Amino acid sequence: MKNNTYDAIVVGTGISGGWAAKELCEKGLKTLVLERGRDVKHIADYEDMKAPWELPHRGRKTQEDIRNSPIQSGVYNFHEGSRKFFVNDLDQPYEQVKPFEWARGYQVGGRSLIWGRQCYRRSDIDFEANARDGFGVDWPIRYRDIAPWYDYVESFVGVAGSKDGLPHLPDGNFQPPMPMNCLEKYVAERVNKGFNGERLIIHGRTANLTQQIGTRGPCQYRDKCESGCSYGGYFSSNAATLPAAAATGNMTLRPFSVVSEVIYDKEQRRATGVRVIDAQTLEVFEYYARIIFLNASTLNTTLILLNSKSDAFPEGLGNGSGQIGHNLMDMPYGMGATGTFEGFKDRYTFGSRPTGIFIPRFRNISAKTLTPKFLRGYTYQGGAWRGRISWADGVGAQLKEKLSEAGEWSMSISAWGEHLPYYDNKVTLDPVKKDKFGMPVLRIDCEFRENEKKLAEDAMNSAAEILEMGGLKNVTTYDRGKIPGSCIHETGTARMGKDPRTSVLNQWNQMHEVHNVFITDGSAMASSSCIPGPSITYMALTARAVDYAVCEMKKGNIR
Amino acid sequence: MNRREALIQVSMLLGGTMVGAQAFLQSSCTPATGHTLLLTREQIDLLNEIGETIFPATDTPGAKEADVGSFMDVIVADCYTPEDQQVFLEGLSRIQAESTKEFGKRFMQLSATDREMLLTRIDREHIDYMNNRKTGEPVHYFRMFKELTLAGYFTSEPGATHFLQYHPAPGRYDGCTTEKPWH
Repeated sequence: MKNNTYDAIVVGTGISGGWAAKELCEKGLKTLVLERGRDVKHIADYEDMKAPWELPHRGRKTQEDIRNSPIQSGVYNFHEGSRKFFVNDLDQPYEQVKPFEWARGYQVGGRSLIWGRQCYRRSDIDFEANARDGFGVDWPIRYRDIAPWYDYVESFVGVAGSKDGLPHLPDGNFQPPMPMNCLEKYVAERVNKGFNGERLIIHGRTANLTQQIGTRGPCQYRDKCESGCSYGGYFSSNAATLPAAAATGNMTLRPFSVVSEVIYDKEQRRATGVRVIDAQTLEVFEYYARIIFLNASTLNTTLILLNSKSDAFPEGLGNGSGQIGHNLMDMPYGMGATGTFEGFKDRYTFGSRPTGIFIPRFRNISAKTLTPKFLRGYTYQGGAWRGRISWADGVGAQLKEKLSEAGEWSMSISAWGEHLPYYDNKVTLDPVKKDKFGMPVLRIDCEFRENEKKLAEDAMNSAAEILEMGGLKNVTTYDRGKIPGSCIHETGTARMGKDPRTSVLNQWNQMHEVHNVFITDGSAMASSSCIPGPSITYMALTARAVDYAVCEMKKGNIR
Repeated sequence: MNRREALIQVSMLLGGTMVGAQAFLQSSCTPATGHTLLLTREQIDLLNEIGETIFPATDTPGAKEADVGSFMDVIVADCYTPEDQQVFLEGLSRIQAESTKEFGKRFMQLSATDREMLLTRIDREHIDYMNNRKTGEPVHYFRMFKELTLAGYFTSEPGATHFLQYHPAPGRYDGCTTEKPWH
């Protein structure tokens, strides 16, 4: 008979699950790693080495893609090369009480294959925000608690960036940054000077390698990230953490494993394991372990918790607070400005850089920068570029001549803002509808409110000010009207906090009410922050939580 | 524009480095031998000639060598809505009708000069139409022909390697070079 008992179980193989697997295995625990989707092997299952003309649709999405995946096909990086890393929406339904774009990648590696790769540390301005203005609950940690773990994960991930010495955007353990182009340098100099250092343009910080780590990288500047990278040029579970976990000999990876619930033993007052539906055969299995890490991604971790009903927890595992599923946040984004530049006519760019420039937060970071208009703040990502003229009037040899000319230099910046935690922004289980595995489907009820709208308006107008200060002409503003979810930073539905009555997890990402269950994906966040790239924070918290959990096991505090 | 959207757009503009791949592969550069999706062999041949008129061979290859006709067959069949497919197909008849009206001959029988004269006129008309187009009115068929000709050309092997420079793995980013990275 098959042995179904392990030291640890990790649910999910995305960016945080990969880290949980690596850390647990490296600490010597026999670890079962469960993934609901198929396996994706690093390099072998990528098709990034094909030329554009080898793609039947040269990268375009088809009507069939739109029919099968009406939500996923609208995600910014869904295309012919990346669509295999997005789910079929018809196959994996959810209910939108209000419009919510839920991007999902059900495969080994999860969305770490298709993430945006930007990595910024949060600072005490972020960790103290809830306590200061009263929205949400106070974070049970401060920057000093997580700083060494940022150091730890960054050195393994490989983050290219510059050290800028900003208290509200702490420096990290960085590889050399990817260079700015001539227009970005020019604009940065003017902006940094023109705003007296209050608004700054710095290098983007990205999990694309500028120096090799082991067999990974460096980045080849191909613009192929979302198709998977055979060079290991960017960090993913498939390229980095899962191979490290496998190398210990302690990992058992089980794809096609849909976790339906965590099994709780009332007498022992601990979780004993998980129930798994085999996605191919629909057979149900139980697996047991001493500790369980839930890393199924914010909304699916919530689904598992709410579906884990027992006499002890009729409203879902560890849900005495009633907070599970509530306080859902994303980030308002997609508002900014764009402009053109008249100079550098004899300068071009070579290679496709997978990052750009970054503008750290400058609102509400000090007494001097307080605005009465809204709480919290926003940051920008952007970049300058120059391409070939892509369209012109006429036909024939003269059209060909025109299209061999370079266009003007242009630059755009786009804001990422903070989404306050509102109790009513929530996800619940549909009382009737079930998916093909018999699991209840999620009902997502989330919106942006007044603070987000005011913040977005200010971000859009400030973007124009910055570009004008930078010397750009024809500056126009835009707001893409992005709906919640579309930033793919959904967080907050099993939040950390000091008080078990108002939060789900303690300062170690350990469930207040079930001490051998840890949750270190986005659901643990007590605030969204306006710093994009939340993944590096999930990674740091995961490594930190594993370290704590294993110490507690050794001490006998977790049986 | 979001930075990543911008990057994607830029890469589309440059045409050189696009995206990864799907499991199956059917190179549109190989002249098709009878197997088509939506269009007939004759229509594909006609579109290759229209494409060549729009983007002719000069010191670099033209659209016909890039077989933009077969590319259009795939894109119109798989990526266009039924309404857009209708506009596209009607456009093929319209081109023939315009050709017959002006020269008394079908497009394939016209000289290169007459073809260019005809399409120059239609290009001007299509720009007027597009500039005055009201919401809900369809895109002009010639916008489709021209857009697909250019897109098909720049993502084809002849276009990407001879008109543009094709660097499958640039290995570096130079944000301030004096070398123009295309023809």
